[in-house]
Amino acid sequence: MAQPLVKKDDDRDDEADYSPFLGIEKGAVLQEARVFNDPQLDPRRCSQVITKLLYLLNQGETFTKVEATEVFFAVTKLFQSKDIGLRRMVYVMIKELSPSADEVIIVTSSLMKDMTSKTDMYRANAIRVLCRITDGTLLTQIERYLKQAIVDKNPVVASAALVSGIHLLQTNPEIVKRWSNEVQEAVQSRAALVQFHALALLHQIRQNDRLAVNKLVSSLTKGSVRSPLAQCLLIRYTSQVIRESANTQAADRPFYDFLEGCLRHKAEMVIFEAARAITELNCVTTRELTPAITVLQLFLSSSKPVLRFAAVRTLNKVAMTHPMAVTNCNIDMESLISDQNRSIATLAITTLLKTGNESSVDRLMKQITNFMSDIADEFKIVVVEAIRSLCLKFPLKHRSLMNFLSNILREEGGFDYKKAIVDSIVILIRDIPEAKETGLLHLCEFIEDCEFTYLSTQILHFLGIEGPKTSDPSKYIRYIYNRVHLENATVRAAAVSTLAKFGAMVDTLKPRIFVLLRRCLFDNDDEVRDRATLYLNTLGGDGAVVQTGEDVKEFLFGSLDIPLVNLENSLKNYEPSEESFDIYSVPREVKTQPLAEKKAPGKKPTGLGAPPAGPPSTVDAYEKLLSSIPEFANFGKLFKSSAPVELTEAETEYAVNVVKHIFDGHVVFQYNCTNTIPEQLLENVTVIVDASEAEEFAEVASKPLRSLPYDSPGQTFVAFEKPEGTPAIGKFSNMLRFIVKEVDPSTGEAEDDGVEDEYQLEELEVVAADYILKVGVSNFRNAWESMGADCERIDEYGLGPRESLAEAVNAVIDLLGMQPCEGTEVVPNNSRSHTCLLSGVYIGNVKVLVRLQFGLDGPKDVAMKLAVRSEDESVSDAIHEIVASG
Amino acid sequence: MDLCPLIKNIILLDSEGKRVAVKYYSDDWPTNSAKEAFEKAVFTKTQKTSARNEAEITMFDNYVVVYKFVQDLHFFVTGGENENEIILASVLQGFFDAVGLILRGTVDKREVLENLDLIFLCLDEIVDGGIVLETDADVIAGKVASHSMDDGAPFSEQTITQALATARERLTRSLLT
Repeated sequence: MAQPLVKKDDDRDDEADYSPFLGIEKGAVLQEARVFNDPQLDPRRCSQVITKLLYLLNQGETFTKVEATEVFFAVTKLFQSKDIGLRRMVYVMIKELSPSADEVIIVTSSLMKDMTSKTDMYRANAIRVLCRITDGTLLTQIERYLKQAIVDKNPVVASAALVSGIHLLQTNPEIVKRWSNEVQEAVQSRAALVQFHALALLHQIRQNDRLAVNKLVSSLTKGSVRSPLAQCLLIRYTSQVIRESANTQAADRPFYDFLEGCLRHKAEMVIFEAARAITELNCVTTRELTPAITVLQLFLSSSKPVLRFAAVRTLNKVAMTHPMAVTNCNIDMESLISDQNRSIATLAITTLLKTGNESSVDRLMKQITNFMSDIADEFKIVVVEAIRSLCLKFPLKHRSLMNFLSNILREEGGFDYKKAIVDSIVILIRDIPEAKETGLLHLCEFIEDCEFTYLSTQILHFLGIEGPKTSDPSKYIRYIYNRVHLENATVRAAAVSTLAKFGAMVDTLKPRIFVLLRRCLFDNDDEVRDRATLYLNTLGGDGAVVQTGEDVKEFLFGSLDIPLVNLENSLKNYEPSEESFDIYSVPREVKTQPLAEKKAPGKKPTGLGAPPAGPPSTVDAYEKLLSSIPEFANFGKLFKSSAPVELTEAETEYAVNVVKHIFDGHVVFQYNCTNTIPEQLLENVTVIVDASEAEEFAEVASKPLRSLPYDSPGQTFVAFEKPEGTPAIGKFSNMLRFIVKEVDPSTGEAEDDGVEDEYQLEELEVVAADYILKVGVSNFRNAWESMGADCERIDEYGLGPRESLAEAVNAVIDLLGMQPCEGTEVVPNNSRSHTCLLSGVYIGNVKVLVRLQFGLDGPKDVAMKLAVRSEDESVSDAIHEIVASG
Repeated sequence: MDLCPLIKNIILLDSEGKRVAVKYYSDDWPTNSAKEAFEKAVFTKTQKTSARNEAEITMFDNYVVVYKFVQDLHFFVTGGENENEIILASVLQGFFDAVGLILRGTVDKREVLENLDLIFLCLDEIVDGGIVLETDADVIAGKVASHSMDDGAPFSEQTITQALATARERLTRSLLT
């Protein structure tokens, strides 16, 4: 039926890129669309025009609002034609145009007529179109037909209604939930896909009712599901039920037999779904794993790349937690190293690297070397990371692994790949002392010919720290000084700093370093010259050789423990005046970026994709707010502001949360109040605080809120005095007191007379964590060692029975309110022990580092060893006290 | 929705990576340029592989992409990173085979463009809003072709012979072009 849309050339074969849409133009096609208005419709011609319109949209062309409306109205005329082919194109076109609500009304009656038509194809498609474009109000009108359609004997119609139901559930759950009887009937359908769609919808209707889901799963697992897709769904629901069921004891895990049975299903997608589900069970035992691994192993030698990929990807994940269970597949896995599909080969290699033993390392490395040159960078990064962890596992093999890394470092590659290699070498140098010197030399050779400024400066910085500690520091100088000759200004400046560090640490090198630094004084870049001058002066380069003082070392090596963003803001706000810039006035609180939320499914694309503006920097905002209130102006510098704590339940008349602002000798509570009753205006709002359970606190000031109209939040403050510099804690009970005035909703005017009223709020606590700032350190081990053991306090605690190790770790982190370092807040699944590193700043600007070692003691009991280092032993004791009392 | 297998997009490109027909079911690529960038990335990453006998598979940017090539056409189906690869492959196979049936075995860019209306209908019958509607190529092709059977008037108004004659004629016409 489809005729070519433009006249064919007779010898079109000669024309290489012949296309019926060659030279197509939106304006012309829109003109052509006028044929839709002809009194005598030509179905074929109309179909062709619709195809052209769809082609344009498909190629990314957009219609203006006016154009879209015009086309839409023209297309609605085509419902007059009885040509089925044309009608199908009309349906697709309407969906593509996604008409607005007032336009939908025009086609509603035509579509509703089709929905009740005798032709199955009309019914199915009209349902899908109408449900796609409709809103809630129309839905109640067509609900009756949809319910009928769900149990329609034609599977296409039933599927159309069910799938539409799945989409509508997002927007109109209350309506779709009324269909559950019909949906339940459809689950028993003999048509495979109807069963699949019905099961998906039924589960979604009931997903918040655990008992119902449980019942659904246990009745269906007895075996009435025919469709492979539905069976896959059932496997997913089953593993969800297993996950949520409290009984995690493997011995009598419910439904395991069902999953295992699915491994013998005839459809590959079901076998795989079941195998994957088993490998992802919590605390899976080897006995449970074995049958799943066996079927995955069979997939490894399948002729289909998709099966090999699916199997090797799953086994790769299993290897992270149960390397021993995967070793049986090693032979099949090794043959995959030469797989045509590079994704499969890479996954196979990394799996082998995880499961391999020390003796197989060399053989593997040989195979990998051949293979590295013909895979993409992102796969190379995966391999590099796998080699890094392998090297940490077998430190004795560091020589061959380090060699491998340095070889690939010399080859071609993009920035991310090179960075992954450099990072790996740096980590190996840090963790394997024997690898240090060779590793540093590899890095030196790399910067001789490195095109990435960022990597060069990072390596130079690292050399400055590690180089002077080696047996022969002088051999690195040549590489570093070469940079001063050959590189851009950024790298030159970094090289100058590195030279200065060698000079500071190695006294014998000092005179020679001075010579080099003096040469840099003639550099043509300001920063390079400035640095050279600065270092020459701090190191005493103009006089005799002197012992490098402690404060000079601190200046050169000390880390800037202030977040750079905050420093930048403070510098921007600083106005040149008599008073010099004070670096201690920079706030130290790390601003946590809210994780970008995943878009809710079913949401219409916004088109612009502009993310909502993030909240303004809270620390700065609070500081500004508080310093603008004269009563609090003399409290000094704000140490920390807590996250808001809710003092009311959600959806109450008045919503109140509180932010605790900690100063050295004061605490200010900022109550954020919202009035949610449109008919009320609140005036003179205060919070009456009872501090009888907080002995060390005395109320000194409060600032009422003059007026709180509906839905526009306001703040009231109460300030307390507390002993200076100590972490005083206590409980406060709060009462909201205000004068309430009736508001006339039509005019929005308030009555003159008001009534005094009170509203009980929840209690508020000032806890020890309020006195600790979350401040991270970049290298915990270095920070820990440089802090020294002078003020170290170590003790052991039993934390009693806990849900899991992760839960215990999080509880302690929350209790201390400190910043987890190096990702140690994440506890790997199934681990029996864990070390967590925390850092922070205690009130009075005292740095604190904490090392927590957790272990499982018996089935559920968690024991913890707490080591605290700080600059002040009373602070170390205070941390222990927090834990002991928490 | 999260447990149901979801298709993110179905893409049909030519041998230069140019768009022939595409359908996106997810908000992950809100603009046309985002879509084009994705298509370009997919095309370049798979260009050098041979996916002419068996469907191939790759993974990047947290998406799993299964693909198959024939003549100057590249077929792709994309799913989220945790999607069951075999389900994605069955959708790809359904689409691929259905196009083959609709075009009577001559599957190349020119044939596809000349029958683009059928290809659009085919896409419409395979996935609805990300949810798999049908994976059986015979059923898909049947649904797409079925509409050429009716000549406007309802069957009841024609005699059986007439109806059959019309049907046969229309069918042959549609299959021969």
